[in-house]
Amino acid sequence: MRKIKYSQAINEAFHQVMNREKNVIVMGIGVNSPWYVGHTMEGLFKKFGCNRVIDTPVSENGFTGIAVGAAMSGLRPVVIHPRMDFMYYSFDQIINQAANWHYMFGGSVNVPLTLRGIVNRGGEQAAQHSQSIQALFMHIPGLKVVMPATPSDAKGLLISSVLDNNPVIYIDDRWLYDIEDDVPDGFYQVPIGEAKVLKQGKDVTIIASSYLVYEGLKAAEKLGALDNIDAELLDLRTIKPLDTSRIFDSVKKTGRVVIADGGWQTAGASAEVSALISSEIFSSLKAPVRRVCLPDAPAPASKTLEQVYYPHSEDIYLSVKQVMGYKEKA
Amino acid sequence: MIKKNKKKPMKPDLKQLFLSMTRLRMFEERVADLLLKDEIKCPTHLYIGQEAVAVGVCEALKKDDYVFSTHRSHGHYLAKGGDMKKLMAELFGKSTGCSQGRGGSMHIAAPDIGYLGSTAIVGADIPIGVGAGLSSCVRKSKQISVIFFGDGAVDEGVFYESINYASLYKLPVLFICENNLFSTHLRICFRQPADNIFQRIKTFKMPSKRIDGNDVLEVYKNTCAAVDHIRQGKGPYFLECRTYRWRAHVGPWLDIDFDFRSKAEVESWIRKCPIKKLEKAMLKKKDFSAAERDRIIADVKNEIDEAYRFSQESPYPDAKELLNHVFRD
Repeated sequence: MRKIKYSQAINEAFHQVMNREKNVIVMGIGVNSPWYVGHTMEGLFKKFGCNRVIDTPVSENGFTGIAVGAAMSGLRPVVIHPRMDFMYYSFDQIINQAANWHYMFGGSVNVPLTLRGIVNRGGEQAAQHSQSIQALFMHIPGLKVVMPATPSDAKGLLISSVLDNNPVIYIDDRWLYDIEDDVPDGFYQVPIGEAKVLKQGKDVTIIASSYLVYEGLKAAEKLGALDNIDAELLDLRTIKPLDTSRIFDSVKKTGRVVIADGGWQTAGASAEVSALISSEIFSSLKAPVRRVCLPDAPAPASKTLEQVYYPHSEDIYLSVKQVMGYKEKA
Repeated sequence: MIKKNKKKPMKPDLKQLFLSMTRLRMFEERVADLLLKDEIKCPTHLYIGQEAVAVGVCEALKKDDYVFSTHRSHGHYLAKGGDMKKLMAELFGKSTGCSQGRGGSMHIAAPDIGYLGSTAIVGADIPIGVGAGLSSCVRKSKQISVIFFGDGAVDEGVFYESINYASLYKLPVLFICENNLFSTHLRICFRQPADNIFQRIKTFKMPSKRIDGNDVLEVYKNTCAAVDHIRQGKGPYFLECRTYRWRAHVGPWLDIDFDFRSKAEVESWIRKCPIKKLEKAMLKKKDFSAAERDRIIADVKNEIDEAYRFSQESPYPDAKELLNHVFRD
């Protein structure tokens, strides 16, 4: 199979789904900009024109609401927020409107809308251009949240998000854009709500999403090479709805868990996964769950601070070692 | 009450205007009564006094044109052709309600007649309505999107974002600002430095007019002209309709027990009743007789009685259905 980059996989998904579904439009800040969205939107404006590819004024709440209205009246819009941080402006439209309308009107109106939020951390961008706010969306009934890590999932989950009949938050991290891997060249979907075991193992489960999947894989390699620890890596892919059956199957097998999530630890995505494990399959656990997340601080600018702020494979490695070394008191 | 999807004549059907306004008024008077009796429990924002706006606008629309509204939306729903029985059932939280008991008074919808919904967050329906206009434009469906909102929504930032966008892309959107002078309890002079909403809109290169929102003929004729402009592809249009709500911001009372408006002020607007105004003119010009008028009123009363009976005979949603409709399959 041919290999392409994550950013190219996103771009290919847009081309294919817009070609196939005439009611798909994309809109947002910088969709035609060379720097806002990497290479992910290349060629779309030229191919589909200004009616379907709209570089909007900087009015996040306004154009998100416009997409919500277009979604409930026959289109399948994709809204691009080139930095997730900008989405706060549009929370009324995402949460009060998009997430609620189907329920609030007894199922008579639905909102097939994809909201693509790009995580843009690192590079000394600091607190307002670096956030990973998936947990906030995960909290809201009526939203689905996907965070693909691999290029093939980036493509398949984007197509599934666009074709879903509900609002879906699609989160891609720019640190993934240059990762190259096998991607089928045809039109395909990756089901929303299915996690995937990327590496089988029997001693401990590393549960990760998005960029931290690769940090988890690195940690797993090192654990195997240096410590003879056989770690399983579970890529969540979708964080809402969570694939509890694959999570539980893996944890039942290994009895030990480290959860790596690129958001803040407190009340974060990792907290939900951890709580579900302890409430549903407590007796399978051989050690307390450990988490690798961001510390409870805004993102810093200076590179020395960034280095310790963002979690790395070494943090996952050390957490696994702690979990493996846990001994129950007699 | 569903209207046929044909081109609307500029000449108004006076009896239809009278009937539609009477339905709105009498329905809400019954609702007020049911609120006072504590039969209806959900927070309810009555439209009494503003009927000429909803009716004058909706009578100039086609069935498949979109309408979006606010927390004060019974009038828009009924005027667009929404089912009265389903609305009454919704106010009682019944499973036969237009939102199957999930919405209550503030969240009603009837997509089969283009009434895509009302939202209780001030100003939130404005970008959504612009989006339906965008959709119509992309799909080349020729539908127009009509957005009702109050002068309170004009205080919101998203209002200006939406006006800007609709004008920039010349979208088929009709903005209906019902300026009833109050945002809950707060008079417009305490919220806006100048009472000139319609003038501000002109700076966005959008045609905009201030009209008498208590004169249904004026509303109807201006809406027809606006709709004509929009259907020709000339872009959005804005009407500021001056009117007044007789009842409280929320609930059946008059809001005169506080300091923000006087009984005399309310009474001065009751004297400008839009229904009485039309009725008087129609009787004078013999557009209908007193007997015809009485028959219309009797018919409306029967319709309301029937809606009430329907709501009482309908079941509540089953507790087992709590999680239905969170997602669409």
